[in-house]
Amino acid sequence: MSESTHHEMWEKLNMDLEAHDGLLEVLGKFYGDIYLSQENRLKGAEYLDFVLSEVHGLRIKELQDAKAQGRKVVGTFCVFVPEEITLAADAIHVGLCAGAEAGSELAEQLVPRNTCALIKSFIGFKMAKLCPYIESSDMIVGETTCDGKKKAYEAFNEIAPTYVMEVPQTKSEAARDLWKSEVLRYMKAVEELTGVTITAEKLKEGIKVINGKRRALQRLTRLRAASPAPISGRDALLVNQISFYDDPVRFTAKINELCDELEARIETGDGVAPADTPRLMLSGCPMAVPNWKLPYVVESSGAVIVGEESCIGTRNSRDLVDESGETLEAMIDAIADRYMKIDCACFTPNQERLDNITSLAKDLKADGVIHYSLLFCQPYSHESMKVDKALQVEGIPMLSIETDYSMEDVEQLKTRIEAFVETLA
Amino acid sequence: MIAGLDIGSRSIELVTLIDGVVAEARKLPTTFDPVSQCFKLLDGLRPASLVGTGYGRNLIQRLGLDCECSTITEIKAHALGAAHLFPEARTVLDIGGQDTKAMSLAGGRVLKFEMNDRCAAGTGKFLEYTAGVFQIPVEEFGPYAMKGENPPEISSICTVFAETEATSLMARGERPEAIALGLHKAIVKRTANMLRRVGLNFPLVFTGGVANNPCVLDLLAKSVGGEIGRDILVPDNPDHMGALGAALHRHHGNAADAR
Repeated sequence: MSESTHHEMWEKLNMDLEAHDGLLEVLGKFYGDIYLSQENRLKGAEYLDFVLSEVHGLRIKELQDAKAQGRKVVGTFCVFVPEEITLAADAIHVGLCAGAEAGSELAEQLVPRNTCALIKSFIGFKMAKLCPYIESSDMIVGETTCDGKKKAYEAFNEIAPTYVMEVPQTKSEAARDLWKSEVLRYMKAVEELTGVTITAEKLKEGIKVINGKRRALQRLTRLRAASPAPISGRDALLVNQISFYDDPVRFTAKINELCDELEARIETGDGVAPADTPRLMLSGCPMAVPNWKLPYVVESSGAVIVGEESCIGTRNSRDLVDESGETLEAMIDAIADRYMKIDCACFTPNQERLDNITSLAKDLKADGVIHYSLLFCQPYSHESMKVDKALQVEGIPMLSIETDYSMEDVEQLKTRIEAFVETLA
Repeated sequence: MIAGLDIGSRSIELVTLIDGVVAEARKLPTTFDPVSQCFKLLDGLRPASLVGTGYGRNLIQRLGLDCECSTITEIKAHALGAAHLFPEARTVLDIGGQDTKAMSLAGGRVLKFEMNDRCAAGTGKFLEYTAGVFQIPVEEFGPYAMKGENPPEISSICTVFAETEATSLMARGERPEAIALGLHKAIVKRTANMLRRVGLNFPLVFTGGVANNPCVLDLLAKSVGGEIGRDILVPDNPDHMGALGAALHRHHGNAADAR
């Protein structure tokens, strides 16, 4: 996808150039088939195409340029790592590679075979020297959101030193206290990394920038309630995926432009699919770039995706940090409170997620929900049964899919999803 | 004339309807050249519309036929076929060459369905493969297993591991008929669980090639507690149900009910 002019930069980052070229070639073809083949696409999608075509190129160059000026890069795997704090220390916050079957065999030297594809992927990307984000990171932050991840970070730490945040598993007062102490510990770690002292003023700015990004994503979510659907689920997923990589200020401006275009479309009743197309919401595990398999299968089966209840989706954008705090202490409290609202399946109990799914499905006028669990992801696989029950009460049908990043089950997925769509038609 | 073509992993079936009545029913193995097999099945026929179903349903677009072509999934096709022959049907079980599907029906429509995961555990392929281990044609495997007594528990439903397990049971001196019965029980146990997950209500219609296996049918009736012929119904040609359902889909499409 990227120009060969970036080779020198990748070489400096100690990446495996040959394997990386191969990856980009596959990615480029995949992107062409899944994205560029879409009809009636938005003008704003040019931004998405450009950012993605330069995901390992220009964006990495930006990171390198910033590093040359003394800024630090923090790489993360999860929506629990507070980006506001990273920004307040003038560092750059990026999501790391974890959405493709790259280096999976290598990863099996560090983690058991029966580990979810996402974990195997981030370890594989590092071991195979394929992720310029990992190689550009001055600090890698993990978190204890499942047993697989927390043990994987122990192993990963041996090849890429990893700072781990302890995410509690309940929403009790004690858990909130633990989380606040983790937020403070993270703030200190970032200050040490950057040599920048985080002030109330800087944190306020960080909160504003990230809330701005979330507001743009919330706006997109709201606009998708329109019928006919004004944007494809694939493109909307891409927006959510890019929100983890691109500069937040640029991203916010571009997504607001895209939303303007969507509003104009809605005004004229224009859509990506006819109004009677079955509307589906995806729910469950995150889909990191380039994990587009399921959305592609769904949207080639006569349905349109109108929402993503996922970490790369509404879980990342639903709640804002209260902006009224003036002191550092008040802002840290506001940040801790906001992140405690995340309804990750790692929490027990986790009724909030069920409530959020049913209300989102209703808001988006979804005809059905597809629950997506990665194979061997215990928390989300367990919750798929609860989600099914909660949706049944509301009369919203659900299909549960368990899969990974491989292509071997595409035909079976097609049969299931087409059959599900047939039951809705 | 409307034709339904069910292009499965093991066999391809064709059913034609004239004025909603079955005119032809044909069947051929899929082979590695399903397109040629489709042409053989269609030989001498000129359907006005053709509906494809099964794994190879999209192949019909490549046949270059001068007729209206569309597709539906085998889940819908089997449900339509079953509900046509047995309007009172509440549940449908289809065990085909590489997939097992369980569907609950309401008014002939699919309410909920389950399908096995990517491997062919507990499907017709499993029976075909294990029958091969006993050097028995798959058609005779069911009657052979019915001669067995005190079947040993086969714990693996994985086609490859079940063979290993069967072999070690033979080495322990278990009677081959008993082992064959154990293999059939393993399939039925898995199938019954799938049926319970979609909410098993009688009457249950059993379709797909494996419905021809008397041992599976008998064990299934015992496992889910239903009587064959009253609670568990098997059409005369269970392997043609997908093709019939596909053709019916188009036939219904001509009527007021587009579903």
